[in-house]
Amino acid sequence: MEFKDYYQVMGVKRDATQDEIKRAYRQLARKYHPDVSKEADAETRFKELGEAYEVLKDPEKRAAYDQLGANWKAGQDFRPPPDWKEGFEFSGGDTADYSDFFEALYGRGSRPGHGSRASFHAQGEDRHARVLIDLEDAYTGTTRSITLRVPEFDAQGRVSTREHTLNVTIPRGVRAGQHIRLAGQGGPGIGQGKPGDLYLEVGFRPHVRYRVEERDVYLDLPIAPWEAALGATVKVPSPNGVVELKIPPDSAAGRKLRLKGRGIPGNTPGDLYVVLQIALPSADTDAAKALYRNMGEQFKSFEPRAKLGV
Amino acid sequence: MPPQAVGIILDEQAPLTLVELTRACAVRAELIVELVEEGVLAPIGREPDHWRFTGAHMRRARVAVHLQRDLGVNLAGAALALQLLDEIEALRARLRAMGAD
Repeated sequence: MEFKDYYQVMGVKRDATQDEIKRAYRQLARKYHPDVSKEADAETRFKELGEAYEVLKDPEKRAAYDQLGANWKAGQDFRPPPDWKEGFEFSGGDTADYSDFFEALYGRGSRPGHGSRASFHAQGEDRHARVLIDLEDAYTGTTRSITLRVPEFDAQGRVSTREHTLNVTIPRGVRAGQHIRLAGQGGPGIGQGKPGDLYLEVGFRPHVRYRVEERDVYLDLPIAPWEAALGATVKVPSPNGVVELKIPPDSAAGRKLRLKGRGIPGNTPGDLYVVLQIALPSADTDAAKALYRNMGEQFKSFEPRAKLGV
Repeated sequence: MPPQAVGIILDEQAPLTLVELTRACAVRAELIVELVEEGVLAPIGREPDHWRFTGAHMRRARVAVHLQRDLGVNLAGAALALQLLDEIEALRARLRAMGAD
């Protein structure tokens, strides 16, 4: 397994005081907290940080870690020394995500009150996960395979994890930020206790074409200047197929046209908003240049900057 | 074949009770009551027994709990952070709408 340099993770010197360690933790926790951070690797960094702090905040665990010596480098292949005593059976704490290195040094967490007391019953924990789908999936419904790490407890109450894969039906009409509740798919119950529930938070992958606001979907639609000026009927992509859209004459850029009920489906379906953009053909031939010059001649009184007072 | 699971969307038609939200966030009910009193959560219904929470409420409650646990902020601090996060999200949405991302 790889050696973890907990001092490096926390950005403190090996002789840092407990106060300095706490301060470093708070600072980095604010920076990498997955609920506030937009850093790409926030979740991983935050887990590493939590593990490092778990060791360094506890003088006993820190002393044991320090005994390994200062010559280890992060990532180096590591085996616990033969005289290492696994005397750190500790309870509580969410250690399921801690590294093998941590487990080799301090053992796995154990659940208090479990194992020896066969008459103890409790409902399993509710669990939370996130699932990303495409906008199109919200129009049709879809199925996603979710793999969760489920903690299991042996007779001594020690914890290990196993992978549990589940095919989840994502209903039609789901919106980003909504949660799907899967009864009985959370953590296992203790004794005769029922298993907990699983909550899946749904997110949409960013789409190259559409923006989503709640139930409504937005699309930027480029049109030709003559389509904008004279009106036209054009084909428009939508998440559930191509639709025909009538562009009224004299449409300016930025005009929003609503296709009612073509947003995310549901009891109150959302709308699809088409935002017009005027695309200019480039003046890259003599004929095109002549055409633009001619337009200028014909529209002599047109003052696009009239409102700017110049 | 992995087992097939069909879920329900947590919304106004299928909300959570106070007891269910308490379990989902793994906290004491008092903490949820405090979040409502602080104005962080605005459930449907007047009395705690009749409170109903949506998935969005659950997410806010969980973030408030995580911030307090992980960053050592108090309830008011978590409430402020949530409000600022909402504002950042609204601004990001406007940036996206302007095609600036």
